Amino acid sequence: MRKGILFAGLMAGVSPLTVSPAQAVEIEYWQYVFETRVTAMDQLIAAFEAANPDITVKQVTFPYADYQTRVVAANMAQQGPDVLQLFYGWADQFIGGKVIQPLSPDVFPHAQIEADFFPIVSAMKRGDDYYGLPTAVRSLALFYNKDLMTAAGLDPNTPPTTLEELVTQAKAMTEVDGAGNMSTAGMTLDMGGQDHQWWREVLVRQFGGVPYSEDGATVTYNDAAGAAALKFYTDLQTVEKIGQRGFMDEGQAAFRAGRAGFTIDGTFRLGSYRTIEDFEWGVTELPANADGVRSNYASYFANAIGAGAEGEELEAAQKFLAYISSEEAMKIWLDVVGELPARRSAAMTEENLANPIYAPFLKGLDYARTTLFLDEAAQRQNTIDMANRILIEGQSVEESLAAAAEAEQAIIDRVKQ
Amino acid sequence: MALVEQGAPHRRPDRPHIFWTMRRRQLLWVWSFLAIPVLFYGVIRFYPTGQAFWLSLTDWDLMSEPSFIGLENYTRLFADPQFGSVFRNTFAYLIMGTPISLLLSFLIAYALDRVRFGHTFLRALYFLPFITTASAMAWVWRWFYQPAPIGVINDFLSGFGIPQLAFLNSTTWALPSIMVTAIWAGLGFQIIIFMAGLRAIPATYYEAARIDGLGEGAILRRITLPLLKPTTVFLVVFSSIGFLRIFDQVYNMTTNDPGGPLGSTKPLVLMIYQTAFSSYQMGYAAAQTVVLFTILLIVSLLQLWVLRERA
Repeated sequence: MRKGILFAGLMAGVSPLTVSPAQAVEIEYWQYVFETRVTAMDQLIAAFEAANPDITVKQVTFPYADYQTRVVAANMAQQGPDVLQLFYGWADQFIGGKVIQPLSPDVFPHAQIEADFFPIVSAMKRGDDYYGLPTAVRSLALFYNKDLMTAAGLDPNTPPTTLEELVTQAKAMTEVDGAGNMSTAGMTLDMGGQDHQWWREVLVRQFGGVPYSEDGATVTYNDAAGAAALKFYTDLQTVEKIGQRGFMDEGQAAFRAGRAGFTIDGTFRLGSYRTIEDFEWGVTELPANADGVRSNYASYFANAIGAGAEGEELEAAQKFLAYISSEEAMKIWLDVVGELPARRSAAMTEENLANPIYAPFLKGLDYARTTLFLDEAAQRQNTIDMANRILIEGQSVEESLAAAAEAEQAIIDRVKQ
Repeated sequence: MALVEQGAPHRRPDRPHIFWTMRRRQLLWVWSFLAIPVLFYGVIRFYPTGQAFWLSLTDWDLMSEPSFIGLENYTRLFADPQFGSVFRNTFAYLIMGTPISLLLSFLIAYALDRVRFGHTFLRALYFLPFITTASAMAWVWRWFYQPAPIGVINDFLSGFGIPQLAFLNSTTWALPSIMVTAIWAGLGFQIIIFMAGLRAIPATYYEAARIDGLGEGAILRRITLPLLKPTTVFLVVFSSIGFLRIFDQVYNMTTNDPGGPLGSTKPLVLMIYQTAFSSYQMGYAAAQTVVLFTILLIVSLLQLWVLRERA
């Protein structure tokens, strides 16, 4: 194993820490680089240190692309952080690899967690233990370009509420140039963006199916409902012709450039869209089906305590984690980062619900689901391929769906074993 | 060493025994200079290479201790349908990329060699892509290939009412599209090497051939090409290894759907990268690396053998 540690040390590039002072405790907090998140955390650390003068928190950041590798490598070299941020979808790997430790129920009582947080916090629970708590959560909504709606003769104050309206309104906004190429898309079609989440947790359910079994171990979308949901999605390009995969390279780029009427995206996109100056845009809840059934996909980055923390460092880490998942911290996070609070009381305030931008995302949180990913990248790729087999190769919906279900089950089985 | 030294005084009994002979001092110098690169390569290159062979026989996931699983990774790899397509793609890059890029670069170098006016400027233009960052170049080409209304090529085509081409969005054309970028990126280097090779051929041979009345075609066939052989061998091996290890262009041009639509552009190196750093199956990725290493070795040896100097 020494070889492994040497390798991990090289990869992590961490030097052994110097001896810590006897009195004050220093703990390390790790997250990935994203300007507003780092700023928000700096503010939280300053407030925390003011309240706990004997604890210093050192924030360490890495680029997102190698954040996970750094954490894992540092953990192997026993240089892991005391408190760290992780995507809920990495939980299984981090728990299995002993990167994070369960939260002590004495400090974080389960009844309280379940009463105060949105139900999606359960994605951080394994067996009887919680392994982390989120500060902020993300959900999806439909962004619409008000200028394009007006230009197409639609009322920019009544965005679509049902899937049917979504298609009719998008069709009105779609434009094709003289050579037959799409110049304005009614709606972005980008499976690699957020559409794969929309299909999985929203469309499949709206067409009467369930994407996965309760424990996330079995793929259950390969049925008539799943096929209907997939057909609805691919028909948007092949039959309704309101969008085109690959249009303007990325869905978000098309919307940003004012070349797409609708796009489905998450709270994390708000920061980028806020800088749009060329047109007015709005946000609304994801459309319901004809029976009024709605669904949404929520995800989050949780904060957890590193497996290496013990003694007074563990105590300090627990205090810090409690603070950064407090209502006060969530408020700061919302103001600075723009992500929604993970506690109901902090999220569902009158002020937030009256906010035209936050309200649709918050309403979505109430009925949102969270996919228990085991290998997020591979499962996303599998969904992209499923759509591409139909859109590029002309395979039938049923065949492509069956192949996707089989391949995804194999991915899940491999990680689970 | 000690044995040789014991014998030494017998040959020259009149000389006093000197341990630091001139030869030994020279050796010490040589080795102390060589030690740095040897150590460097040992730790940074050869040790990890050896480690990869060992890891390919384990199920290491970066988080828990690796355990020995024999050849399981290899049997899994050869049964993996993705490996088949990745293997085909990798060889498509090699089999199409190497001859096309060599032919092009030879033609350009041959023509450039004859041009007097603006020679340096033209040569600099051809070399420019080689010194540009691969990822920056890939992103520019990615933009060229976009569908209308933003893609440069498709905008141009639709200006004439010609239906647009799918390029990177097509399972058929995505790989050739990326290959064009890769060929273009490496062209400058190959041209410079070919030109150096052409310049190294003594002018007297050409003069003699012309006096004997040989045509341009015959001169090319009988003198230029045979004398250029060492350069060609070097470039064939060098460019083959480059195409077998293609990654930058593919990775940067298809970030939305890594490896192109339905994996149609995915080379072996990208598969290794994804297996290791997004699925964290280090053992499986190491097995793929060993396979790549073997392919590189076989292809290089085969080329050296085919293009060997026949006495």
